[in-house]
Amino acid sequence: MSGSTHLSARDIEEFGRELDRLRAEVIASRGEDDARYIRRVIAVQRGLEAGGRAVMFASVVPPAWLAGTAMLSVAKILENMEIGHNVLHGQWDWMRDPDIHSTTWEWDFASPADQWKHSHNYAHHTYTNVLGKDRDLGYGMLRVSPEQPWHPIYLAQPLYNLGLAAVFEWGIAIYDAEIDKAWQGEKSWGETAGQLGRALRKAARQGLKDYVAFPLLGGPAFLPVLLGNLTANVTRNVWAHTIITCGHFPEGTRTFTEEEMAEESRGDWYLRQLLGSANISGPAILHLLSGNLSHQIEHHLFPDLPSNRYAQIAPRVRDLCERFGLPYTTGSLPRQTASVWRRITRLALPTVSAARV
Amino acid sequence: MLTAAAGVLTSPLAPDDFRAMVNPLWSRQRLSGRVEAVVPETSDASTVVIRPGHGWREHLAGQHVGIGVDIAGVWHWRTFSLSSPPGRPDGLVTITVKAGPGGFVSRHVVRRLRPGGVVRLSQPSGRFVLPEILPARLLFVTAGSGVTPVMSMLRGFALAGDMPDVFHAHVAPTGPEVIFGDELRRLAARFPSLRLHEHHTRPGPGRRARRPTMADLSAACADVADRMAWVCGPRGLLDGAEAYWRAAGLADRLRTERFQPVRRPSAAPGGRVRFVRSDREVVADGGTSLLAVGEEADVVMPSGCRMGVCRTCLARLADGRVRDLRTGEEHGDPGDLIQTCVSTAVGDVDLDL
Ligand SMILES: Cc1cc2nc3c(=O)[nH]c(=O)nc-3n(C[C@H](O)[C@H](O)[C@H](O)COP(=O)(O)OP(=O)(O)OC[C@H]3O[C@@H](n4cnc5c(N)ncnc54)[C@H](O)[C@@H]3O)c2cc1C
Ligand code: FES
Repeated sequence: MSGSTHLSARDIEEFGRELDRLRAEVIASRGEDDARYIRRVIAVQRGLEAGGRAVMFASVVPPAWLAGTAMLSVAKILENMEIGHNVLHGQWDWMRDPDIHSTTWEWDFASPADQWKHSHNYAHHTYTNVLGKDRDLGYGMLRVSPEQPWHPIYLAQPLYNLGLAAVFEWGIAIYDAEIDKAWQGEKSWGETAGQLGRALRKAARQGLKDYVAFPLLGGPAFLPVLLGNLTANVTRNVWAHTIITCGHFPEGTRTFTEEEMAEESRGDWYLRQLLGSANISGPAILHLLSGNLSHQIEHHLFPDLPSNRYAQIAPRVRDLCERFGLPYTTGSLPRQTASVWRRITRLALPTVSAARV
Repeated sequence: MLTAAAGVLTSPLAPDDFRAMVNPLWSRQRLSGRVEAVVPETSDASTVVIRPGHGWREHLAGQHVGIGVDIAGVWHWRTFSLSSPPGRPDGLVTITVKAGPGGFVSRHVVRRLRPGGVVRLSQPSGRFVLPEILPARLLFVTAGSGVTPVMSMLRGFALAGDMPDVFHAHVAPTGPEVIFGDELRRLAARFPSLRLHEHHTRPGPGRRARRPTMADLSAACADVADRMAWVCGPRGLLDGAEAYWRAAGLADRLRTERFQPVRRPSAAPGGRVRFVRSDREVVADGGTSLLAVGEEADVVMPSGCRMGVCRTCLARLADGRVRDLRTGEEHGDPGDLIQTCVSTAVGDVDLDL
């Protein structure tokens, strides 16, 4: 692994120790303020959700539709990103609150929490950016690294990536059932069908709520409410897709081979997380709405530290990278998004595979 | 039906999650209480007056309750006896807590808890209660904060205006350090059928009297053997009482409540403990309860009394064997329900939590 940078094995160990220290420091200082933070975000989110839906009922007045839809969109974004994703990572388990705990949380997303936890927390966060191991590398349908063999289907990938953005939660739900693994005989079809069934039931409940129950409650506002909910879901999907693809696919992020990952030390692991991730720079509101995945680097180094702390430790991680002469990939949202699309468009075409992106 | 319909609207959350946002006391899923007042009783003990939320079931005098307190963002659970009588007209309940030296939760409760704060509650439970048909004569023996469950009983009698024949012996370092001292003396003055016998172990500055023995008790109260007894206090008092009543062949006339678990020290090595459903694995020593091990590892652990009485902490043993902290006995087959609060790991253990 040290081969991928100029660092010696000893440097990498030291780099790892520094990060371990940083982690220990945050853990020792977790407390009341952090607890208040997540409780407040949850309260704001639920308020926005209830408020947004209520306002939407008054949709005969067009500004009410807009306001309600905007509130609900923000609520859904917060629910998935700053709350759901991070709670499911166990970032708040230390509070010992069964109401805000990774083992009890369920979210407004088509994929059931436990299936997502397996494919995300375990598979993606352990094997980050390792070709053939990290299924999040292109989600089994995108070619995001020149090492992935080309296939004519990829010619259409800019197009279907756009489509994926709109239906992101459904894509992830199907993806989390790991149909590809069943296809390759790595797991049974029975298990896969069971998972798909559960995902479908979960998704049906979410659909019933957004596309039947609330529109019916809206009475004369049936159609506006339905459209408002649809808009909020699509907005959330596109936003989540944008933020998440900016985490590992922009220029500057690296992929790894299984050989590189073999016999990795703790320092090597940290290094791979750093080199495989990219941040998004921007104002505090961007960090909040991205679930602090704008601090993708810090999140990948410390997936279970409370998200409100990432912004606080980011400058120190960056200093550390500077000290060790390591890259720290970051850029504004427009820049990183453009970079992702450039890569996806470029890799739609066949390339000579040896060249690194 | 209505809840099911509401559940469709709040899915994947429960309607309760929204109710609790507006007022934690409205939650049925997470029974809570609001602190109405914190009243100092002695230099190191305070009474916490709590308004219990929806779904609270009234206690019997003598029962205890699990209280969850948020300390620096982390919920900590301990058990306290209710010191208020059942059926208080204002619907409030009280616990009375003595801040132990280095006691993490008790010190927080006594020194930092403020009115307006929210605590979580478990339903009251416990068998240290009065029988449905009161015996003719009662004996209460208490020491220190052990007076709390008995106070609930005495207050209950006073509330009904009907005090049975009670002999109450209480042990405390000094007069002012008797928790509820004034109230107890007032009650004894008001009801001739209540005899209060205080024993102070530090009767004057620099003076130290010995702890009372059962012989002292029978000297003060001639008909000890004829009374149904309720004893609550530190370990020494309880051990002495149990031996005395057993020797007299009257063990069935004695009820005790322990605030500290009986523990048999063990030097046995622990092992790797896996919390299967939570997907956590930690190394545990042979002296730490699996409950504490799980809490340290941020696993959601059900708990109540934390001393092997209430069985709230039951968890299914998926694999491995455990040792009972109280008896030192090793046991456990896959599928057994074990009490995590009094079990330690003997080698590697898998728990279905
Ligand atoms: C059924 C039941 C009823 C109870 N009712 C009451 C009640 O009515 N009132 C009441 O006050 N308590 C009651 N308790 C006891 C209570 O549950 C707690 O065990 C007690 O308050 C201590 O908790 P803690 O977190 O403060 O102590 P912990 O931090 O858990 O420490 C455990 C014990 O070790 C002692 N300790 C810790 N550090 C030190 C140190 N450095 N030096 C010396 N000693 C130390 C503490 O004083 C404490 O006694 C009851 C317990 C049970 C099981
Ligand atoms: S917590 Fe009461 S028996 Fe274990």
